[in-house]
Amino acid sequence: MSDLQDHGDACRLTGLGRVYGKGASAHHALDNINLTIRANEFFTLLGPSGCGKTTLLRLIGGFDQPTVGEIAIFGRNVAGLPPEDRPVNTVFQNYALFPHLTVAENVGFALRMLGRPKAEIVATVARMVALVRLEGMEHRRPDQLSGGQKQRVALARALAPGPKILLLDEPLSALDAKLRQRMRSELKALQRETGITFVFVTHDQDEALAMSDRIAVMQDGRVQQLGKPEEIYEAPANRFVADFIGGANLIPARIGAGGAMAEGLGVVPATGAVGAEVTLAIRPERLAILAAGLQQPGDLGPLRVAERIYMGNELSFRLEGATVPLHVTLPRGGLRGAQDFAPGEAVCLRAEPGAIRVLAS
Amino acid sequence: MALLDTRSKDIRNLPGFGLTATLAVAFLYAPILFLVLYSFNSGRSISRLDGLSWQWYQAVFANEEIAGAALNSVLLAVIAASVATVMATAAALAMVRMKVRRKAAAYAVLNFPLMVPEIVTAIASLIFFSSVGLGLGFGSLVIAHTTFCIPFAYLPITARLTSMDPALESAAADLFARPWRRFTLITLPLLAPGLMSGWLLAFIVSLDDFIISSMLSGPGSTTLPVHIYSMLRLGITPEVNAVSSLMVLVSALVVITSGLIARKQT
Amino acid sequence: MKLHRLLLAPSLGTILIFMALPIAITTLYSVLTPAQYGGVIWKPSAEAYIRLLFERDIFDDTLTFNTDYLQILGRSVLQAGVATLLCLIIGLPTAWFIATRPPGQKSLWLMLVTVPYWVNLLVRTIALLLILRDEGPINRALQSIGLTDGPLPLAYNNFAIGLGLVSSFLPFMILPLYAAIERFDFSLLEAAYDLHANRRKAFFAVVLPILRPGLIAGGLLVFIPGIGSYLAPDILGGGKTLMLGNLIGMQFQGSRNWPFGAALSTILMAVTLIALFIVARRAAREET
Repeated sequence: MSDLQDHGDACRLTGLGRVYGKGASAHHALDNINLTIRANEFFTLLGPSGCGKTTLLRLIGGFDQPTVGEIAIFGRNVAGLPPEDRPVNTVFQNYALFPHLTVAENVGFALRMLGRPKAEIVATVARMVALVRLEGMEHRRPDQLSGGQKQRVALARALAPGPKILLLDEPLSALDAKLRQRMRSELKALQRETGITFVFVTHDQDEALAMSDRIAVMQDGRVQQLGKPEEIYEAPANRFVADFIGGANLIPARIGAGGAMAEGLGVVPATGAVGAEVTLAIRPERLAILAAGLQQPGDLGPLRVAERIYMGNELSFRLEGATVPLHVTLPRGGLRGAQDFAPGEAVCLRAEPGAIRVLAS
Repeated sequence: MALLDTRSKDIRNLPGFGLTATLAVAFLYAPILFLVLYSFNSGRSISRLDGLSWQWYQAVFANEEIAGAALNSVLLAVIAASVATVMATAAALAMVRMKVRRKAAAYAVLNFPLMVPEIVTAIASLIFFSSVGLGLGFGSLVIAHTTFCIPFAYLPITARLTSMDPALESAAADLFARPWRRFTLITLPLLAPGLMSGWLLAFIVSLDDFIISSMLSGPGSTTLPVHIYSMLRLGITPEVNAVSSLMVLVSALVVITSGLIARKQT
Repeated sequence: MKLHRLLLAPSLGTILIFMALPIAITTLYSVLTPAQYGGVIWKPSAEAYIRLLFERDIFDDTLTFNTDYLQILGRSVLQAGVATLLCLIIGLPTAWFIATRPPGQKSLWLMLVTVPYWVNLLVRTIALLLILRDEGPINRALQSIGLTDGPLPLAYNNFAIGLGLVSSFLPFMILPLYAAIERFDFSLLEAAYDLHANRRKAFFAVVLPILRPGLIAGGLLVFIPGIGSYLAPDILGGGKTLMLGNLIGMQFQGSRNWPFGAALSTILMAVTLIALFIVARRAAREET
């Protein structure tokens, strides 16, 4: 932590790989990861379970060693360094609070290990406890705390030594929905206030979109796409990202003379080698449904409404007629529109400009 | 499991099983309870309970030979249990937390003493100590007892260690604790109940041992069970009853203590 | 040296040097010549193993087939086998009963069953003798009720030994069985009922096969110590009916024929290892 070199990069991963086993049965948990996490940013690793995000976090934290590649933290190569020698602290998924120590002792643990004077420890603990709003709980033991409280202790404990980088391993997954929402804003605010680089791991795309400055979407040990939330959502780079983030209609099509031809739907402007198979990706909320009679050139259809589902805050429609069923969501009504269609109706679809993404299959 | 509740109740409450269980437990306890009862008999007879008296216990406590044997037994058990617990703790840490090649082989060796018939161990130890020139006596007893106590100490310690969240040690490292401090501040305190259970188990196993002790004990290093056996040559006297009852008391205390420790964990 | 090796060394070393090595030396001793007052002379001899089956005439060195020792071996196996069977018959219902109790009662029963195990085996055997003797409470009760005229010979015979073995090792049968039943998924039984099995068929077709590893574990834990049992035949059998354990012990006390004792011990060890090996193979095969 004395290495306060002012590189803009908090963490740089080069050619990182982690392989388990040998030969034919080798499992590549991580494969050729190259990315740079900038100082003071809220960086998220997002992906389904088994994608390698937790493995990557553990490599940064020093709980595991890479098979190939380098990790540099603030310009310093940390190969071989155990966790106790890295300027990084972790919030563990199940909090890992020391059951035989009080909240105060947990929070002050790192400072005690670093040999700080008692007065400093007491002061810092008080400050951290106030930061996570657990005043009054200092003398409780972990088994006397609720899930949300434990999470905050884990946070305070990791922040107490003043790390430059904080690793968070799915810290909100064990909380109930309402609490999770609140913690999201709190964590985001905390990151802004303290300016610490957060590396956040989650499988929940809503969380990732809501909190991150940048997201790395991972699958099969590789980074599928890296970018700001808007980029990831509006412009998914491939089929996986399109499907994983938000819902997406994924429609097989073939490039023809005028563009991409999707059976049952029509032709969509696209460039590419003639005859190439592509996938059209359209978000369900970026399509408008019109009666079939109103179809214009450029619209998709005709289609038939197969199912109408009332979701509370929106209406979800399943439309048949193309090679795959299409899903469209419409706002339920009120100021934002009051459209509704019944099963069996003949309709067509109009896409918002730029809503149709053409992806390699 | 509420679905076929009546049916599953069927198989859970099979007829006669409860009776069998009760009879089995009675069968296990009856001799012991009878022994203890008659140790308080004011008469010498085994067949007639004359009255209750402490006299046989008084005789036992006054008996120097018994006291000497008891002291030997306790000393032996304390040393053997303590050394075995330390060794077993080290082994448990290695087996549970570290990568060990040929773990199955190590596991087999650690459990080996549990699989060998006691008489085999007894004479093998006798043969070993005499062929190596160490002879019989307290030293050989300590070595032999420590050896067979190791697996008994190992079991509760391993159980406790595996139930400990390994993330706790990772968290301690993350918070800048070096390996030795991680061990003393986090692992050891949380392991403590397992260590106590392991020690108690090893202690009682050593205290109770007869056959190995009888082969290895020499003059002056008799253990209590060996001495009780020699007392039998005069028949089952009330003194024998009394000493035996005392051993029952010690065993019961150890088991109950061990059980309380286990209960406190959960 | 790597840390884990350092940590394992004391315990593994102790066991290998002070248990495995002595057993190996014992096997070695079994092919040496007995010295006069105990111990061995370092001269190879197969005499110990020959003695098991044959008696050598002192004068003309001829061998005649001798069943004395084989009888003792046979008796040990038989006693241990019967004890195992009895423990099974008593232990399975008991374990089942305990495993199907509500949690509070369950731990109470378990403690009840385990406490006797921790009482000194010598003390337990003495206590059993006390009860079975002619002057003991069972005989007095039977006589006072008028069921018998004189005392029944309950002690100092094979019956007493068998009872002693069962009483010594019953907890060893109950506990592994209990563990196996605890893990048993009772919803399998409901599935069986759903498929038209009655209680008896369900028990034999579904429960027993799944419990088999527990049954085998319990069986071994009774049988192996049973054949090598020393105290039960000694105290409850009155020293007249010898079993393998006593025979071995005698060679190192009165008889002073160490190689013979070593040979018997080696055979016992071999039987133990074979039994364990078979079970381990079975268990490994069942896992794949």
